[in-house]
Amino acid sequence: MLAGVSNERVAFVQGLKDSVPVLIGIVPYAMIVGVAAVAVGLLAVDVVGMSLVVFAGASQLAALELIGRGAPIVVIVLTTFMINLRFAMYSAALAPQVKDVSLLVRTVVSFALTDQAFALTTIRMRDQPDTPRSPYLLGVSLPFYFVWAAFTAIGAVLGAQVPASWQLDFALPLTFLALLFPAVRDRPSLAAALAGGALAVVLRDLPFNLGLVIAALVGVGVGAWVEVLRDRARA
Amino acid sequence: MTRPELWLVFVLMGIVTVSLRASFILLQDRLALPNALERALRYVPAAVLAAILTPALFRGAGEPLLGLEWFDTRVVAALIAGVVAWRTRNILATIAAGMAALWALAWLLG
Repeated sequence: MLAGVSNERVAFVQGLKDSVPVLIGIVPYAMIVGVAAVAVGLLAVDVVGMSLVVFAGASQLAALELIGRGAPIVVIVLTTFMINLRFAMYSAALAPQVKDVSLLVRTVVSFALTDQAFALTTIRMRDQPDTPRSPYLLGVSLPFYFVWAAFTAIGAVLGAQVPASWQLDFALPLTFLALLFPAVRDRPSLAAALAGGALAVVLRDLPFNLGLVIAALVGVGVGAWVEVLRDRARA
Repeated sequence: MTRPELWLVFVLMGIVTVSLRASFILLQDRLALPNALERALRYVPAAVLAAILTPALFRGAGEPLLGLEWFDTRVVAALIAGVVAWRTRNILATIAAGMAALWALAWLLG
């Protein structure tokens, strides 16, 4: 058996499988984005295009609101940058692990880096450290890419016909909750989560999702600090 | 906004977003981080997931309980889902439990 090739294929398929339960969380969110897009005058084909080109829900939602308000293009692009800054953190965290693949693969893999793909990849890497990173990342993000585009379009077409009382949008925070538990394995990561989570609520009213980025950075710092304290205590 | 302008916005957004996502992955050697920072990155998932979760959870979108705006049916449903997450470590079970709890609470209160 060609161990190298089959390992990569296995990793890719594992990624596909791992993505399935988390896909459920983005379906309602995608439909909400579709509805919001139509509300500011986009056609379904524009919505699909936006989802295929941007592939980032929070920034799409913010941009749609700005488009509806007639904001200048520069403002929309800057807002996108601020809201999606967290992706740079994901990039930094994963970069050492995707060093050994070609530039082309790295570029494609980068395009796929969403919140959920990053979280699932990190968890899988901890459970099975030998998993080839790039094939796994591709496998775990591919379904999201299509589901996202498809359901933003479906949301645009169906409009507001799904009752808000079902509260289906709660599925998205639930997926983050579900992903948080495997991500918190020890005291430093617990500290990181508590700090990040608490600060994010305190800073929630800052513009451009700045609260999120600041809270995340502080959370990372707290985690690293607790790790240092823990190692010092053990030494 | 005209459609060409709209699509220009999409393309610019796409470029910005993929640049952020690709930043460290493509520019690794030029954006090299000191060792301590690289080790700290291990805590990005925990910190970011929590930071995304809490504002979404505590925004008072559910029905308030105990007369508190922030303690609502969604918070309780999330607590239940949290226990399931802790016990089963199963994503699907967590989502299902959370949604079921939310609907049950809504039904009980409604």
